[in-house]
Amino acid sequence: MGSVTRFLDSSIGRKVLMSLTGLFLCTFLIVHASGNLQLFKNDMGLAFNQYSVFMTTFTPIKIVSYLLYATILLHVISGVRLALANKAARPVSYGASKMPGSSSWASSNMMVLGFIILIFLVTHMANFWYKYKFGDVEWVKYEVSVMDGSVIGKTTMPSAPHMQPHEYVVNDGVSAPIKYVIVKDLYSVVQLAFQEVWIVALYLLGMLAIAYHLVHGFQSSFQTLGLRHPAIAGIIRNLGIWVFGIIIPIAFASMPVYFFFFA
Amino acid sequence: MSGNMNLTLKVWRQKNTSASGTFETYQASGISPDMSFLEMMDVVNEDLIKQGKDPIAFDHDCREGICGMCSMYINGRAHGPLKGVTTCQLHMRTFKDGDTITIEPWRSSAFPVLKDLVVDRSAFDRIQQAGGFVSVNTGSVQDANSIPVPKENADEAFLSAACIGCGACVAACKNSSAMLFVSAKVSQYALLPQGQVERAKRVVNMVEQMDQEGFGNCTNTEACEAECPKQISVSNIARMNREYIKAKLFS
Ligand code: HEM
Ligand code: SF4
Ligand code: FES
Repeated sequence: MGSVTRFLDSSIGRKVLMSLTGLFLCTFLIVHASGNLQLFKNDMGLAFNQYSVFMTTFTPIKIVSYLLYATILLHVISGVRLALANKAARPVSYGASKMPGSSSWASSNMMVLGFIILIFLVTHMANFWYKYKFGDVEWVKYEVSVMDGSVIGKTTMPSAPHMQPHEYVVNDGVSAPIKYVIVKDLYSVVQLAFQEVWIVALYLLGMLAIAYHLVHGFQSSFQTLGLRHPAIAGIIRNLGIWVFGIIIPIAFASMPVYFFFFA
Repeated sequence: MSGNMNLTLKVWRQKNTSASGTFETYQASGISPDMSFLEMMDVVNEDLIKQGKDPIAFDHDCREGICGMCSMYINGRAHGPLKGVTTCQLHMRTFKDGDTITIEPWRSSAFPVLKDLVVDRSAFDRIQQAGGFVSVNTGSVQDANSIPVPKENADEAFLSAACIGCGACVAACKNSSAMLFVSAKVSQYALLPQGQVERAKRVVNMVEQMDQEGFGNCTNTEACEAECPKQISVSNIARMNREYIKAKLFS
């Protein structure tokens, strides 16, 4: 243990911590983006709301999500510590401005990008996570056809204390069997939030920051870990650009844009 | 003479380590494009001496790109605008008549300014002393072929060994990180059979010394590689990280 803490006290150790926490956050982005694509389902938000129940009640996922919060904190704290140490390493700055071209913009502005992401994350958590857990999100009852799974209707429910998400099937043997699903309607919260221009704008800015953070950060973390080889360098760079710089940010950004303009 | 240039220099003047410095402006006239940058500085200094003023202190020794002394940050670039050359190899033909040239020392808390453009780079010496060597018994020279070295390793080690310890990597890095220098020294030995005995201890001690000297932490901006006069590759940094992680956690 002692040697691990001393390792984390060294420059390279701290950087390794940045890269491992960063990569863990990257894997989370993939899961989060693909899960949230259910917002686009044409089912009055049923799949998304059920997915939200699963994500907040299934124990292994709950454990991973607490690990995730800790990881974000660790990434931010050690990022800030590194940035402060780096500032202190050059007390008198240069008079001439640096000639452009010797390094990419993103690589020199990871802290700025990180802070934009942080502001975004705090707003995002307050809007949805906090509201879902502690706010008064409306309960709804879905009416679903058991035969083909299509959603027939959605009605609001009077909320009662200690209400739990649940479902049941009514089959009277006469009409077609119906499944009733009772869940908190996070979908409508999302829909409502994304009518606000400033929230949509903040999301787009946040995604732009994530894209730049990761176009540099993803490949950088492999360099930090010493995983550099001509055979994999191209793959890692392209993964960073295409998956984390383009596909994921666009997938996320499409959600507020979709709700703002079309729903 | 025709073809000669007149330049305006903005030079950092600082009495000593504890004094705070400022930029002073000087005119350099009749500069031949064939002069090296340091010869231009010599001309300016001769003028200053004739006027009874304190000449600009700057470091230099070999003036042929091998000693690594000529640390000058010129127009926002370590060793000036050209790639792969030191200040002493930079020629005035790179500039145009009438140009204003800003000249500063390396700026890093680990490289305190001694006077004007001269910085104390002994932090590099201490890092080197912490592990940048191999311990061998002296005696007669062995036959070269008694220690086989794969060609690729020999080539890579040679490229790493080209580092002249000039400190441009630190100067160019926005974090004042010394990782390119240290990684070149670590790599040079890690790649060769003679370096294996002290391999783990070397990287740990050198990194520890680097951290103690107050250099910043690499964020992989790769400005060091772009500015290094010997074009040392940042793949050395990946190797150093690998060596360090292995040494600390797995040995
Ligand atoms: C979705 C959230 C985030 C992800 C996926 C992420 C990912 C990454 C990755 C992969 C790296 C590269 C590590 C390396 O170079 O070894 C990195 C670096 C960095 N991150 Fe983040 N990050 C996130 C959020 C943040 C936040 C909120 C902050 C700070 C407020 C931040 C600050 C930094 C800084 C300062 C660096 C550069 C560290 C260095 O190279 O020394 N990041 N990030
Ligand atoms: S790595 Fe390059 S820039 Fe750094 S000290 Fe060595 S030669 Fe100079
Ligand atoms: S004076 Fe020796 S490298 Fe420039």
